[in-house]
Amino acid sequence: MTDGSLISPETSRTAAVRRGFRAALHATEIDTRLMGMLGALAIIWIGFHFWTGGTFLTPRNLWNLSVQTATVAIMATGMVLIIVSRNIDLSVGSVLGAVGMAMAMLQREILPEWIGYDHWAMWIIALAAGLLLGALIGGLHGFIIAYVGVPSFIVTLGGLLVWRGVAWWQASGQTIAPMDKTFQLLGGGSRGNIGGFWSWIVGAVACGLILLLLVNGRRQRGKFGLRLRPVWADIVLGALYCGVVLGAIGYLNRYFLPERVAAARGGGNIPFGLANPVLILIGVTLVMTFIATRLRFGRYVFAIGGNPEAAELGGIKTRWVVMKAFILMGVLVAIAAAVQTARLNAAVSGLGQSAELYVIAAAVIGGTSLAGGVGTITGAVLGALVMQSLQSGMVLVGVEAPIQDVAAGIVLVFAVALDSILKRRPK
Amino acid sequence: MTLTTEASRGVPLVEMRDIRVAFGGVHAVDGVTVDLYPGEVLGLVGGNGAGKTTLIKTLSGAHKADSGEIYINGERAVIETPRDAKKYNIETIYQTLALAENIDAPANMFLGREVLTRWNTLDDRAMEQAARHVMGRLNPMFQNLRTAVRSLSGGQRQSVAIARAVHFNARILIMDEPTAALGPAETAQVHNLINQLKAEGIGIFLISHDIHGVFDLADRISVMLQGKLVGTVNRREVTKDEVLGMIIIGKLPGTATKTELAELH
Ligand SMILES: Nc1ncnc2c1ncn2[C@@H]1O[C@H](COP(=O)(O)OP(=O)(O)OP(=O)(O)O)[C@@H](O)[C@H]1O
Ligand SMILES: [Mg+2]
Repeated sequence: MTDGSLISPETSRTAAVRRGFRAALHATEIDTRLMGMLGALAIIWIGFHFWTGGTFLTPRNLWNLSVQTATVAIMATGMVLIIVSRNIDLSVGSVLGAVGMAMAMLQREILPEWIGYDHWAMWIIALAAGLLLGALIGGLHGFIIAYVGVPSFIVTLGGLLVWRGVAWWQASGQTIAPMDKTFQLLGGGSRGNIGGFWSWIVGAVACGLILLLLVNGRRQRGKFGLRLRPVWADIVLGALYCGVVLGAIGYLNRYFLPERVAAARGGGNIPFGLANPVLILIGVTLVMTFIATRLRFGRYVFAIGGNPEAAELGGIKTRWVVMKAFILMGVLVAIAAAVQTARLNAAVSGLGQSAELYVIAAAVIGGTSLAGGVGTITGAVLGALVMQSLQSGMVLVGVEAPIQDVAAGIVLVFAVALDSILKRRPK
Repeated sequence: MTLTTEASRGVPLVEMRDIRVAFGGVHAVDGVTVDLYPGEVLGLVGGNGAGKTTLIKTLSGAHKADSGEIYINGERAVIETPRDAKKYNIETIYQTLALAENIDAPANMFLGREVLTRWNTLDDRAMEQAARHVMGRLNPMFQNLRTAVRSLSGGQRQSVAIARAVHFNARILIMDEPTAALGPAETAQVHNLINQLKAEGIGIFLISHDIHGVFDLADRISVMLQGKLVGTVNRREVTKDEVLGMIIIGKLPGTATKTELAELH
């Protein structure tokens, strides 16, 4: 950026205003990628709102969108670490199918022989088994990649085929339904949510955390004599973030239980409130951000992505770190599989089909560099929201599934292309 | 090799005996024997591709030797990984610097040896403070420690690599072209540092193409040519021309003819 000492002929009032706006943006340090994502989101939302004749931005649809985003976003947080470490995982959709089917089989076919249907411990056993299975599959991929030395692209491409087949084979292609009563709560629905009041509490806690982070950030920077954002910028940011959080909750809380269900609970307008999948996503996002930024493991993943040789020379057990990243990915896929089967209240052999496309796209749109070393968890969650908005919108306007994949594929390539073009442009 | 002047100063800090490394058919290091005493700077010189980096990589654990033995303080040492080397307090400044470009200077300094809080999370504050402390000694002008190494200058990167080696109290320090990217002031600072560390009793392998710098700093000079050790000489007993003769035509002092020496210029 030039400092404006060269007076260009274009120095008009509009240019000055534009510069003022840029300066303000610069002061808040909101990065351009975030702005780009929010812009894309706004275009998609408003576009589909008109296209659907006013249904997209209803509380009901946005509530559904929040639930649907959860599975992709949960997996995208893991995909960030995989891609940051210079790997890729093409198998997440198929692993989701295999693990989801396994959890369904446990609930419908295997466990009932021992403890009967809808036993109180059913959901715990099924979930724990699913998480373990996910970790084992991820560990197997990671082992072959890190210790045997087969490129992750190949291993997970194989996994894409293998685990899809396993998903089919477990029930010979049949649909397994319904799920355990408690297990179903993991998927949201009219019972699987926390209601209006607790949603406001979650919002308030989130606001508190945001303010705490801003204040703490200021204090830290002050202590080390680093350049501080102007106070107004911090206040604006805090108000903006809190406004978005509380506004979203207020809006979602206007989606009410169906009258029949509400009547059984005393009648009136009873909000759904945040759905359990969304709460799980919030938890996963916090934990994954912590892992990525505060733990040695996260630092090593980034170091390996930045310079594998340097990481090795630093004495890091790089193979083990990569294998752990894949184990973590497997666990996250299992969580997503639980949410997905619970939400559908069924497992089908096509469960999670082409999810890898959405998950990778979410991570990349969210700022994860395919060259490795760069990426954020929250960016990927936002990226997932973009991708899911696109898909949900297409479903709403009646686009056929194969055409949805066409659109998602194009968006993925476009996002990467845009990224490399923007990177090539000198600052 | 027979001309090696061996000051009898007790047990050497490091002894590398008959080290061999081959890449395919290329004998990068071919039966090299060198040693290093406490408080000594051993200059390791030779043309491009002579095998200097490969030799010291077997000591820093970055590369396994095909054969040969390493003795630390007279005891046989098995160094197979960088972690093994660090156990022996061997620190290395690599020619390639070995920095992860996407993370900041303190994170690089402590890569693999992070300071943790009592909850086992990264203690970035402590690491930054330590980094500032060391950097004050090396390159006081370098202040913006928290930016990714990607956006640092070549000299600043080199200071990060040096800071890493210095911070962890090396007893054996390997410096592979430590001043290649540095300006005159920073180079002088590193030379100062080398003399300081030497006074503290640390043994230093100094690899450099800057023959004047080596003559200023080294006590002894080992010369390599095409993977073989030409010889090790006492810096006080040779001239720069004689060392150049060793580097280029592989002739020990006194064995090269006048015409051969004249051709060097
Ligand atoms: N990883 C490798 N694979 C194959 N050959 C290698 C490898 N590393 C080094 N070599 C070869 O080994 C020989 C010695 O290289 P080395 O890097 O040790 O030289 P050097 O003395 O450090 O040179 P320079 O002064 O240019 O740094 C060269 O012929 C080089 O091509
Ligand atoms: Mg070298």
